[in-house]
Amino acid sequence: MSENFILVTGRTVKQASGLHKGKGTDAYRRAVTVVEMNPEDMARMGIAEGQAVRLRTPDGQVEAPVRAGALPPKMVFIPMGPVANELVGPGTDGTGMPSFKGLTVEVEPA
Amino acid sequence: MKTVVENVTCTFCGCLCDDIIVEVEDDRISRVRRACANGRGVFLDYDPTPRKPAVAGREAEWEDAVAEAAKVLVRADSPLIYGLSSSACEAQRKAIALADLLGAIVDTTSSVCHGPTGLAMQAVGEPAASLGEIRNRADLLIFWGCNPAAAHLRHFERYSINAPGTLVPNGRRDRTMIVFDVRPTATAKAADEFFQVLPDGDFEVLAALRALVHGKEPESDSAGGIPLGRLRDLTERMKTCRYGVFFMGMGLTMSRARDINVRELFSLTAELNEFTRFTVMPMRGHGNVAGADQVLTWQSGYPFAVSFARGYPQFGPGEFSAVDVLVREEVDAALILASDPVAHFPHAAAMQLKRIPTIVIDPMMNLTAETARVYFPTCCYGVDAEGVSYRMDNVPIWLRGALPTVRPTDESILDSIIEAVKRC
Repeated sequence: MSENFILVTGRTVKQASGLHKGKGTDAYRRAVTVVEMNPEDMARMGIAEGQAVRLRTPDGQVEAPVRAGALPPKMVFIPMGPVANELVGPGTDGTGMPSFKGLTVEVEPA
Repeated sequence: MKTVVENVTCTFCGCLCDDIIVEVEDDRISRVRRACANGRGVFLDYDPTPRKPAVAGREAEWEDAVAEAAKVLVRADSPLIYGLSSSACEAQRKAIALADLLGAIVDTTSSVCHGPTGLAMQAVGEPAASLGEIRNRADLLIFWGCNPAAAHLRHFERYSINAPGTLVPNGRRDRTMIVFDVRPTATAKAADEFFQVLPDGDFEVLAALRALVHGKEPESDSAGGIPLGRLRDLTERMKTCRYGVFFMGMGLTMSRARDINVRELFSLTAELNEFTRFTVMPMRGHGNVAGADQVLTWQSGYPFAVSFARGYPQFGPGEFSAVDVLVREEVDAALILASDPVAHFPHAAAMQLKRIPTIVIDPMMNLTAETARVYFPTCCYGVDAEGVSYRMDNVPIWLRGALPTVRPTDESILDSIIEAVKRC
């Protein structure tokens, strides 16, 4: 059963240190392939720490393991990078800036 | 033999911390001190060993790679030059000269970072200050939609909350820290007071604060999910502080309303100067993204999203910005300088970059370089090359190289491409 969440993407220390190692390394891939979620949302949806979830927007779909994080209910966070960007649409509202934060995303256990 | 080089500048983020100490053994950096977790890799993970360029994924001679790059650019009807923000100003200037020569579109990572901030600045101005002024004077620091605890790790220590200053000698004890964000970040945990804003609610909060500053009462009991009483208390604190500053980030520029959010914040900042001294500081990400804005502005008159197609510079966010021209398939070749848009653009734009011929100039192999027609492995400014970068407060910093320059610089490769284009 899927639920709608708000997706926020952004910098993490692991993402930054991983990119110095190289974007082809496991350190980088692991750093950007993770979904942070509110523990109460995880419990309600029956999602365990480390379990994969599927996220979907009209622009793309990804799967990544979940980690409990300090987030408000119904919000997920993915570190900036190629995984998060699979979900981001190309519209910029005439500014050049896509919506990397505040996207509505469908989440379900993978 | 080990040598110690002091006062090296870390180019990872817009803080440009210029007090780094590195130890060099056998022309490699063996140890780094004072760098943060985000910046250490700039020095320790960079391999300065000279490498040959690649054409179509195969090793090539430098002359052949330059000739191929020139051919790709000259054959294109509408080339794009993108990135710039992790290179030095000397190379940025050459990239813009190449765009001018080709009649190309030139855009920087600003368009997917603080481009909306630039639009707001053009609309209402930006009450700016140097980080030195803030460090020495600010007693009220408000972080809005930014998370320096993850993105600018030494900001607190060098420039803001924890730094002792002339008028705030006790550092943290003399300062009040407020955070606005949609989530309780690590930065929020360090604050005296945290205001959790509803997603896309920033404009509403800012508009309410502007009203309250002028003694007007909004009709609603809350704004952006925050009770009006809390905003009323904050308004008084802002009006009565000795020196206030907003540090603002992507939470405003990447959310709905983008530049309109920032315009509201800049207007609020300006209006607070009727009561006390108040400034605002965009938290710049890439080490020299502020320099990219500066150089492109003094070369063309505009900070990003500039087209030279008509023989003179035209400004067009949404029209000439990289994501837009890629998604609309309006460019047929791209030169990427010190950036990795395949990793950081929305999927549709990244896919188009893989379809068109690209030239990548970058010290590190990255996802964009992996599929490039031509890849030039250059040196890293601040590590094995000298140059100029602009800090987030638009103060230029001279980068001293800790290692001898063995690889070609971005500037020299761009120079060679310019000469080759002229010969085509």
